[in-house]
Amino acid sequence: MNDNHVPVDTDIPVGNHVPVDNHVSVDTHVPEDNHILVQVEDLKKHFPITRGIIVQRQIGAVKAVDGVTFDIYQGETLGLVGESGCGKTTTGRTIIQLYRPTSGRVVFDGVDLTTLAGEGLRHMRRRMQMIFQDPFASLNPRMTINRIISEPLRAHKLASPQEQIERVQELLHLVQLNPRFVNRYPHEFSGGQRQRIGIARALASNPQLVICDEPIAALDVSIQAQVVNLLDELQDRLGLTYLFIAHDLSMVRHLCDRVAVMYLGKIVELAHKDELYDHPAHPYTQALLSAVPVPDPTVERRRRRIILEGDVPSPVNPPAGCRFRTRCPIGASCPDKDPHWRDLGGGHWVICHQA
Amino acid sequence: MIPLLQVQDLTVRFDVLDGLVHAVNGISYTLNEGETLGIVGESGCGKSVSVLSMMRLIPQPPGKIVAGQVFYRGRDLLDLDDAEMQHVRGKEIAMVFQDPMTCLNPVLTIGRQISEAIVVHTGATWEQGRRQTVRLLEMVGIPQAADRLGDYPHQFSGGMRQRAMIAMALACSPSIFIADEPTTALDVTIQAQVIELVKSLRDRLGMAVIWITHDLGVIAGLAEKVIVMYAGFIVERGSVDDIYGDPRHPYTLALLKSLPRVDRSSHEPLATIGGMPPDLLGLPAGCPFAVRCDYRVEQCLQENPRLRPILASHEIACWVDVAGRHGPVTGRAI
Repeated sequence: MNDNHVPVDTDIPVGNHVPVDNHVSVDTHVPEDNHILVQVEDLKKHFPITRGIIVQRQIGAVKAVDGVTFDIYQGETLGLVGESGCGKTTTGRTIIQLYRPTSGRVVFDGVDLTTLAGEGLRHMRRRMQMIFQDPFASLNPRMTINRIISEPLRAHKLASPQEQIERVQELLHLVQLNPRFVNRYPHEFSGGQRQRIGIARALASNPQLVICDEPIAALDVSIQAQVVNLLDELQDRLGLTYLFIAHDLSMVRHLCDRVAVMYLGKIVELAHKDELYDHPAHPYTQALLSAVPVPDPTVERRRRRIILEGDVPSPVNPPAGCRFRTRCPIGASCPDKDPHWRDLGGGHWVICHQA
Repeated sequence: MIPLLQVQDLTVRFDVLDGLVHAVNGISYTLNEGETLGIVGESGCGKSVSVLSMMRLIPQPPGKIVAGQVFYRGRDLLDLDDAEMQHVRGKEIAMVFQDPMTCLNPVLTIGRQISEAIVVHTGATWEQGRRQTVRLLEMVGIPQAADRLGDYPHQFSGGMRQRAMIAMALACSPSIFIADEPTTALDVTIQAQVIELVKSLRDRLGMAVIWITHDLGVIAGLAEKVIVMYAGFIVERGSVDDIYGDPRHPYTLALLKSLPRVDRSSHEPLATIGGMPPDLLGLPAGCPFAVRCDYRVEQCLQENPRLRPILASHEIACWVDVAGRHGPVTGRAI
């Protein structure tokens, strides 16, 4: 799956993107005939901070996602990486409309999801599903596996009771679990098996887009590889499109086609994975990659780490201008205004004054 | 030379409702002055319990140290009474845990908590303790340390809390610093800060370090000796170059092969280890890894191999030595 995207130099905006002030459409690494499944345009999600018990006043906002723009192509895996609190999970949840955005658009296959509500949104939701991080919290402990996996079928009225039974069997086969397990409860399964159940549930309604929110973070090393291989295989068989949200940069390089790096509510760099990992342009990406340990002592002895000072600033009150300014090793002289997207060629986009 | 720490045949069980959990099954190792030992393994392999029981920090009951000795500078820690042990803990051997939020007392200030360790162990006055605390916090890189003594743990970020924990562990200049997954809850950039900090403090203060982790990457850049644990047993032990460059136990090999690398492009499916770790309530008669092992022979299912040397400083607990047999481990699914 990793090889079917031929990098083509495009700076022609693909699709009907209207660049929103300093945001250009960020189309990277895409054959001209490739179909855009999701367009995310200047998406913002601010969570209000209120004070007062009876009369609540808003006294500020957590700017969790603060203007992100990217496309997801049909059949690709787009990785979304960044440290905790950078807004990657919120981005995923806002795309699928679990959170309604503060502003911006999410266009799924030509339909703007942000304008939909009620039945219209339910109808679209069938086509996009989510796999959650915690395989213990995301399965209802009082439901049997059968009920968990068939719930999307019932919710969207996709199958008769008889068809549901068949579909659940088929899905269990697909995620390589023993179909005899249907009447068991989640506590009878290990973390890796539960994650497979979560995957089966996500696939029940035949979605096109699956948002994987840290699906392997809670699993042991030897089990992670099993789940990642399964996701890879399912993509090949079912033609799925993934948005893979993770902080494990090694796994993201293995699984994804393109990777977007987020910092404090903004995307700072977006490129094809090998381009991003071999030639990171943004100082944050460089620091992030240099911090990932490599399981090889000879390499580790040679490696130079870029150690960032301090912590990520609060998204309530982010720094003016470039968000990374306060920790950037080369940003001391940067101007006090927002940097713009720049194309470094080959679909490698970066948002930095210096790079 | 007498090693600083010598663990011999340590065996720990937990008596729970369902039966006896065989958490640690007769492990032995030594640690010399100034040396860094990495203990790696997956959850439930006994890596944390082995050091917690050595520090006598497991709840007894249900836990029980069934057998073994832990010699620290010639004294068996398992024979000490509680008061003597209290003196060793924190002063001679200090420990940092995974989750700094649950290890710090939320209703005491950071300054008070670190000073307390100094006052209790060295008999210093509170004023001396306070001054020493400022020095320690500065050493671990907390900005404006003197102003932050009055802060409570919730006012610190995750990385700063872990630094405060490290400062507390260093308060009495211990000779052994034990870190139990101290960076697992942290982001990679903060993890890098903490690792660099421990490395530089180790080199400056000459402490020995035991670093427990499930992340083979972290150990590669930090340790000199590595122990790989599985189901409460040590399955492989050697220098860091031996373990990563020439793994001889099938489990170590499989673990290394299942890891994607950030510095390499990969297109092949990841090698996987089929199945799951065994239930520690009832260990199989043979090698605990046998059922998941690609190199299994008949003997593996019948008899559990003991650690045996294959090179001067490299040992494996395996009937089969995978040296020179590194065919690609086939990606099996369960």
